Amino acid sequence: MTLRDTINRLLGLQRASATTARERLQLVLAHDRSDLNPELLEQMRREILEVVSRYVEIDLDEVDVSLETEDRVTALVANLPIRRAKAVAQPGVKANISLGVKEPGLATGNAPGSPEPEGPSSTEGDADAATAAEAEKPAAQASQPEPAAETASLEGSESLS
Amino acid sequence: MTPHRTRNILICSGKGGVGKTTLTANLGIALARQGVRTAVLDADFGLRNLDLLLGLENRIVFTAQEVLAGSCRLEQALVKHKQEPNLALLPAGNPRMLEWLKPEDMQAIVGMLAPSFDVVLIDCPAGIEDGFKNAVSAAQEAIVITTPEVSAVRDADRVIGLLNTHGIQPIQLVLNRVRPKMMANQEMLSVNDVTDILALPLLGLVVEDEQVIVSTNRGEPLTLSGSHSPAALAYSNVARRLQGEDVPLPDPAKMGRGLRAKLSRLIKTKIF
Repeated sequence: MTLRDTINRLLGLQRASATTARERLQLVLAHDRSDLNPELLEQMRREILEVVSRYVEIDLDEVDVSLETEDRVTALVANLPIRRAKAVAQPGVKANISLGVKEPGLATGNAPGSPEPEGPSSTEGDADAATAAEAEKPAAQASQPEPAAETASLEGSESLS
Repeated sequence: MTPHRTRNILICSGKGGVGKTTLTANLGIALARQGVRTAVLDADFGLRNLDLLLGLENRIVFTAQEVLAGSCRLEQALVKHKQEPNLALLPAGNPRMLEWLKPEDMQAIVGMLAPSFDVVLIDCPAGIEDGFKNAVSAAQEAIVITTPEVSAVRDADRVIGLLNTHGIQPIQLVLNRVRPKMMANQEMLSVNDVTDILALPLLGLVVEDEQVIVSTNRGEPLTLSGSHSPAALAYSNVARRLQGEDVPLPDPAKMGRGLRAKLSRLIKTKIF
């Protein structure tokens, strides 16, 4: 470390290079490990929403789907706040979908208590569900004082090791 | 008597130049000194160097490929170390017959070694292509060696992913070329940073040590001479941990610092 580096560090002008190294590594490894490009992730997000929307009404503005890595396990974490359950699904049931990906090529998806995707044929249904959700928004807020109380948490951190 | 089972251990890193071959040579000698019948198999036959580090470069006549082809016996291809008779080197292939070797061949080679050895250390080539696939197919467990640098850690991560898909278990980590002073100044990824990111149990910690270069020049691994240099001690400890012995890992913050460490090094330094 040069004198200049030391002074900069003491003054808080420069961060320790080890911290920068760690952060850069964690970011690059999350992508290396998942082998998913942003386009595929977006497609998956749309399809997950499509399936879940058939059963529950989701707050589309609050939806969050992202990749997180911990202990060599990359997890797809999706937070889907439920406005209210539809007639077909039992009210008050938490939707829980786990999609733990240990390594590229070893993708396992298990979805306890959640429906299996039925293929790409249901795009129409999705559009309907989305419009229905939009249309019913005010009604839902009026009839249910706590619409955000139920949250469908799509969380996967199941370790395969 | 317990049934004999040979451990086939892959030594790999992904990135080149992080210390695979040096670890293989030193670990081989250290295990042999502990009475373990050890074979070191150089799977990097395109650019082989294990013979050079062990000082056996002038004694190679045949390779495993000639044995498989039936043109010589296994005993003729195995190069026994003169000072450490428990250790033998087997080069996997002849650089002139490269395209010949396949994963089945590597499995056949370790199969041939199994009756006469307790441990086979497979020195893996750098990269994740055919050479790696050949070498990994012959192993059940692995040691991943890396240095505290972003490129080496990233490549190690890639390799660990592939080892997992091949069902290799256990996979343990050796962190090489540690510079305690830089770590203390947070100018180098810490031991915890690396083990957290790679999520592997730590088998050994080797400090940067000039003696490694000196020993390479001579073709005499540090563990052979009974040297007290920090790296020699680290390699011997890796061998002991590999044998199931509970040897505590050093704290990098205390490595090579303080009057006591300096004094003890001075006392242990060989004058002649």
